[in-house]
Amino acid sequence: MVSEPHVESLALREQFNSAEQQKDASSLGMWVFLITEVMFFGGAFAAYTVYRSIYPGVFGAASRTLNTTIGALNTAVLLCSSFTMVLAVRAGQLGRRKQIMAFLVLTLILGMVFLGVKGYEWNEKYVEHHIPGPSFQMEGPGLQDHAQLFFSLYFAMTGLHAMHMLVGAGLLSWLLYQTWRGKFSAAYYTPIDMVGLYWHFVDIIWIFLFPLLYLIDRHGH
Amino acid sequence: MTTAVAEERETYLNAGHGVKSWLLTKDHKRIGLLYLFTITFFFFIGGVFATLIRLELLSPHGNLVSSETYNKLFTMHGVVMVFFFLIPSIPATLGNFFLPLMIGARDLAFPRINLLSWYLLVIGGLFAIFAMVAGGVDTGWTFYTPYSTSYSNTWVIATALGIFVAGFSSILTGLNFIVTVHRMRCPGMTWFRMPLFVWAHYATALIQVLGTPVLAVTLVLVLCERMFHIGIFDPALGGDPVLFQHLFWFYSHPAVYIMILPAMGVISELVSTFSRKAIFGYGFVAFSSVAIAVLGFLVWGHHLFVSGQSLFAGMVFSFLSYFVAIPSAIKVFNWTATLYKGSISYATPMLYAFGFIGLFTIGGLTGLFVACLGIDVHVTDTYFVVAHFHYIMVGGAIMGYLGGLHYWWPKITGRMYPEGWAKLSALVIFLGFNLTFFPQFILGYLGMPRRYHVYPDEFQVLHVLSTAGASVLAVGYLMPLIYFMWSLKYGAIAGRNPWKATGLEWQTDSPPPVHNFDEIPIVTREAYDYSGTVGQEVQVG
Repeated sequence: MVSEPHVESLALREQFNSAEQQKDASSLGMWVFLITEVMFFGGAFAAYTVYRSIYPGVFGAASRTLNTTIGALNTAVLLCSSFTMVLAVRAGQLGRRKQIMAFLVLTLILGMVFLGVKGYEWNEKYVEHHIPGPSFQMEGPGLQDHAQLFFSLYFAMTGLHAMHMLVGAGLLSWLLYQTWRGKFSAAYYTPIDMVGLYWHFVDIIWIFLFPLLYLIDRHGH
Repeated sequence: MTTAVAEERETYLNAGHGVKSWLLTKDHKRIGLLYLFTITFFFFIGGVFATLIRLELLSPHGNLVSSETYNKLFTMHGVVMVFFFLIPSIPATLGNFFLPLMIGARDLAFPRINLLSWYLLVIGGLFAIFAMVAGGVDTGWTFYTPYSTSYSNTWVIATALGIFVAGFSSILTGLNFIVTVHRMRCPGMTWFRMPLFVWAHYATALIQVLGTPVLAVTLVLVLCERMFHIGIFDPALGGDPVLFQHLFWFYSHPAVYIMILPAMGVISELVSTFSRKAIFGYGFVAFSSVAIAVLGFLVWGHHLFVSGQSLFAGMVFSFLSYFVAIPSAIKVFNWTATLYKGSISYATPMLYAFGFIGLFTIGGLTGLFVACLGIDVHVTDTYFVVAHFHYIMVGGAIMGYLGGLHYWWPKITGRMYPEGWAKLSALVIFLGFNLTFFPQFILGYLGMPRRYHVYPDEFQVLHVLSTAGASVLAVGYLMPLIYFMWSLKYGAIAGRNPWKATGLEWQTDSPPPVHNFDEIPIVTREAYDYSGTVGQEVQVG
């Protein structure tokens, strides 16, 4: 079987017969990778579920100490970054190089804003002695011990999420460089598409983290 | 004459020269060989630990090594053998080499990711080797909390990081296989024309992709607890160490199927080729692989029968564990039925296949013993369990691995291995294996606990038998190492298809050209269609 001569053959790797097969493979590969990510975070969510069902009151009380306003603001920032990411993919489809770069930069900036705000929140926890360990302080029945479980999960889960954001920022920077070099066109923009999928996934993880960490005990308060 | 011709032809082996052409290769065949060297290295490291364990157990008084050292020996034996040998063994070597060939593809879907996954295994392995050299680790390969997080003073962090990194190697291999099977099959290679080796690897890949990330996050939580004292499993804070066991076994039970399913895939190829018959009930065997992968995710709780999990949970997990016996038995019965009225030849790979079927049956049936709540309470943490899982992992997985290695050696290297020596080593391994591990069933049933090096005098006879068997087994494992290397220079030239087998991998040259096929094949027949070769038996030299 000989691959058909094609405008996209520049980007066609030798193991594939056609650009279509290559794009299908990349896309399936990315989705499978995202499934592994679901399982990765799934372990942490399972631990959260177990402890919240054992200590519902403690989790509620510990959750109330988080700043909902800042959390909601950050959620909005992240949702906007997903929107600009979609626009970057759209610009890729249309092969508009300048637009791709503009939207990638916007996505990157919004991602950095999110991480900055997250850093501010973590610092607040530090000031309030809410970091698990010997200096942890929280007054209330059972809170000194059991609330550490909540904050352990809080830091583990938001920390892992932030690391995924950093990887995403690295990928966006790489895309920017590749776009600047003129690697992408309406015929070949698969990497933008794939990074887009990753970025939305990281966004969705936060969509679950925000209510589970910030909002579990807000009714009636 | 043929030698001269064979040397002129460009193959994947002579297409590039020098260390760089190997370390930066994107050819799945070369990467398969890189894996082969790496896991052979780890196999012998793990073997050294096993040797020391067996020597210590020769006497009941623990007078070779201290208790602390003994703890490290069985831990490092387990860590190396499970994470750095068995899990990558068949998929990363034979799977990597033959999966694209068997479906008529030029390479895996993501060659660069394939190379990356080898580097990840090496980096993870370096962490583990560092931990071993620096002083070892003593938590058991299971890393149970709170011992691993709070009390052990050994190199837990380095070892766990090594396993974490190696885990991503396994994930990426699985991802690559899934995409390759979905997207890279050649024209005519429908799902139900795929060799059962490919089906088995597809099922394995599902487990690698779905299970390994859970182990990864669990290790991250253990590391966080050990390094930063954020206490997720810490009972002092109200955390639950049994939660660790649940998360750990959610991966580590399916991991057993990462080890055994590819071996089952190999056995299907061997039984068919050396019986000159299509596998009886192809569809059942194919789907039984997938069924084992799915059921494997529902039975992890049978490792926790005595952990304090609820009796109801124990009953459910016990019940579900019995279900795994169904697809496993389907495979064994269908292989046996394939033999019926077949033209059977007793080449070395077939001897390994027979060995596998017998030993896997014993390992599987004793699995039913330990799946039973009442019996398991009696044999938990005894040598009965040790014997059971060694029958699966060594008697099953390694027999399959060696069988496959002999079967495809002519394709990999272009040379035949020496049949007489190979048959002898297969026999030595089979006898040595049984002598090593069968006494351990009796030991365990009588009450010998695992992970102890001081034991009552009356157990000594059985331990001496086991150690004697291990010595025989060691000889059996060293023999292939020697004659495989010998065959690289002196083995007979193999030709394309020494076994007259039907798979696509046999229709290209031995060793294969860089892009596997001069022309991408078009498949028009079912797998294992031996109808045109009636009366032809495999010629055994």
